[in-house]
Amino acid sequence: MLTLTAKKSPRASTRAHGRPAPELIFGDLWEFDPAPETADPKLKARYELFIDGKFVAPAAGIYFDSINPANEKKLAEIAQADAGDVDLAYRAAQKSYDTVWGKMSGRDRAKYLYRIARLLQDRAREFAVAETLDGGKPIKESRDFDVPMAAAHFFYHAGWADKLDYVAPGRRVAPLGVVGQVIPWNFPLLMLAWKLAPALAMGNCVVIKPAETTSITALKLAEIFQDAGLPAGVVNMVTGFGDTGAAVMAHPIAAKVAFTGSTEVGKIIMRSLAGTDKKMTMELGGKAANIVFDDAPIDQAVEGIVNGIFFNQGHVCCAGSRLLVQESVAAEVLAKLKNRIKVLRVGDPIDKNTDIGAINSKEQLATIKRLVASGVKEGATLFQPACKLPAKGYYFPPTVFSNVTMSHRIAREEIFGPVLSVLTFRTVDEAVEKANNTAYGLSAGVWTDKGSRVLKMSTELKAGVIWANTYNKFDPTSPFGGYKESGFGREGGRQGLFDYCKLV
Amino acid sequence: MPLIAPAAVRRLLKEIGPVDYIGIEERVAKYSTRSIKNASKLFGLKLAASMVDLTTLEGKDTAGKVESLCQKALQPHDDPTIPTVAAVCVYPTMVKYARRALGQNSPVRIASVATAFPSGQAPLATRLAEVKAAVAAGADEIDMVINRGAFLAGELNLVQDEIVAVREACGGATLKVILEVSELETYDNIRAASFLAMRVLRPNDFIKTSTGKTSLNATLGNNQVMLEAIRDFYLETGIPISMKPAGGIRTAKQALQFLVAVKETLGDEWLNNTRYRFGASSLLNDLLRQIEKQKTGAYQAPYYFSDAAESY
Repeated sequence: MLTLTAKKSPRASTRAHGRPAPELIFGDLWEFDPAPETADPKLKARYELFIDGKFVAPAAGIYFDSINPANEKKLAEIAQADAGDVDLAYRAAQKSYDTVWGKMSGRDRAKYLYRIARLLQDRAREFAVAETLDGGKPIKESRDFDVPMAAAHFFYHAGWADKLDYVAPGRRVAPLGVVGQVIPWNFPLLMLAWKLAPALAMGNCVVIKPAETTSITALKLAEIFQDAGLPAGVVNMVTGFGDTGAAVMAHPIAAKVAFTGSTEVGKIIMRSLAGTDKKMTMELGGKAANIVFDDAPIDQAVEGIVNGIFFNQGHVCCAGSRLLVQESVAAEVLAKLKNRIKVLRVGDPIDKNTDIGAINSKEQLATIKRLVASGVKEGATLFQPACKLPAKGYYFPPTVFSNVTMSHRIAREEIFGPVLSVLTFRTVDEAVEKANNTAYGLSAGVWTDKGSRVLKMSTELKAGVIWANTYNKFDPTSPFGGYKESGFGREGGRQGLFDYCKLV
Repeated sequence: MPLIAPAAVRRLLKEIGPVDYIGIEERVAKYSTRSIKNASKLFGLKLAASMVDLTTLEGKDTAGKVESLCQKALQPHDDPTIPTVAAVCVYPTMVKYARRALGQNSPVRIASVATAFPSGQAPLATRLAEVKAAVAAGADEIDMVINRGAFLAGELNLVQDEIVAVREACGGATLKVILEVSELETYDNIRAASFLAMRVLRPNDFIKTSTGKTSLNATLGNNQVMLEAIRDFYLETGIPISMKPAGGIRTAKQALQFLVAVKETLGDEWLNNTRYRFGASSLLNDLLRQIEKQKTGAYQAPYYFSDAAESY
């Protein structure tokens, strides 16, 4: 009999008695019925460009389809803007900046921002459903994270708008003018709020391009701008593909451009803008290390690992895609992680019980499959739980690679999908070295019961955000941004405001 | 010996690993967002009903009250598809009345809280005598309380030795070890106490959250800490320990959330009343009410359900 003083018997010895190793059975004894969210997303059949306060058709009259990645059905048609449309948008923004928004007091700008935040809260369920249909993320995430957090960003920056005299003690701040912004498809509405709220609070006008696969909630937010009475031209939205984005970035009126997306595209933009006087902020890719020490609370670390890599199907630039675990607990962490992943529910994102939804697009699914194949080919050990994926739509099961080394492609390249690479380390120094051995530096996680180790790690890890004993936590008051090839500039907090103003 | 005391718990924690409070709260918040509908809801409600330890633990309990409780346990509602509850739970002096009401081969088991429940502050000999008396009177299960004072003073061997003594006194009766989580205060302590108990229990003996007599009883958080302890212990030794949250679970909705925690932490083999129980009384009628609602689409008035028991 085991008693208090008895040493832990290793699993192997249990098996030695001829009994099979005990296992947990996560079967279908109690299956959950479908529980779809039924709120009406109120989609239009066709979405136009939003320029100068009005919805206008693109000059060339070309539209493209927006697809629901969960079932590959067409949701709506989206206008495709060309350089001429982008030019119109910039002129409208400049006019609005010169005549209305740039002159308005911060107090008055705040009123509009508060109104937008409240209207978004009023229609939260509708926006959550639209976001899920358009992007494939689970409804529980769009409902509990994306939409409330987007509203929170408008509220937070509304609070700053009349206090800008105090944001930089001893200095005055002034808006930049018209700002061009391009945002990604992983958090369509939230990234929109991250970009718009600080720009508008500071008194800038905006031309913004949503990602081509996820334009719908942006244009729905434009409806809210109309309802809120936001002056015409303050925010202009141009939808389309890469060439539209390039036109937004390169337009001569833009005093500053802000981009969130892949490092590859970020480099192209920076090259194209070299020699201009445009200000820039870039929020690019990441390959974050999530570091688990042997004294960490293992079950909660496992939960953090799951949040870190499977949140939003891993379509998160700060995803904890490299798990660094101390050798002495590696087997335990991996065993617990596998048991945890077995109960993740992969499937229709509109179902309230879905934990992992649909991959955003066919192209992204192909990228994930390609990188996973490279992991298998390079000799890493693949684990995927048995799960039934829907026949239609773009889905990928949660995937864990163990026996990964630093030279594997899956340990170096950003996969942007639900794929975790597990590496081990022996000492603190080795953990730091491995964590920093990447071109990226957006985020990192540290799991330990030792407070001093958290502090040491936070100074030695080269990453913009470091979470201790938690992962993927966001707040409008907290600046977010990267080191190295993860970009520059900060979003959120007081630091984020400085990227949308000049000090005078 | 206050300096030695915490060290004992610390040593144990070093072996079994600590618990992070915020992480646990985050994990269990996800159970509350599960949306259980239609057939899965009906299944869950009936499963929960079959897991109830229908309880009355009051100074004013009488033979009549206990007999009425037993009748309710055997036939919770007019609907014959509703299962009997798992057990009735009464004080040792009431066991004989329960046995008389239920008969010898009842599907409903008799559980009795012994060992100077709820404080446990009586000499060990007295507590053991109480256990033996309850078993002799016909109890199938004994709910004991651990010596929290000894635990907090770091005398872990004493706590464990007393559990062993009670286990021996139980004979063939199932033992449920009440940790009284609100008096242990931290999740670390709850995990440590769980291991302390499990290491001397027999397969399908229980660990139980609370007496229901203190301010804070079963929560999703302490339930989760104990489920994870059971899981870790099972995977290491192959010995399955059962779990009973008690006190504070009054609504069907809460019960379903606790069952989701079981499903996602321990899996299918714990979704039965040998491995999981609810210590509750008013919960049963809410389960019945929700079962009726699933079938008829309308909520029935409380007086359509017999014997609304109010304790815990």
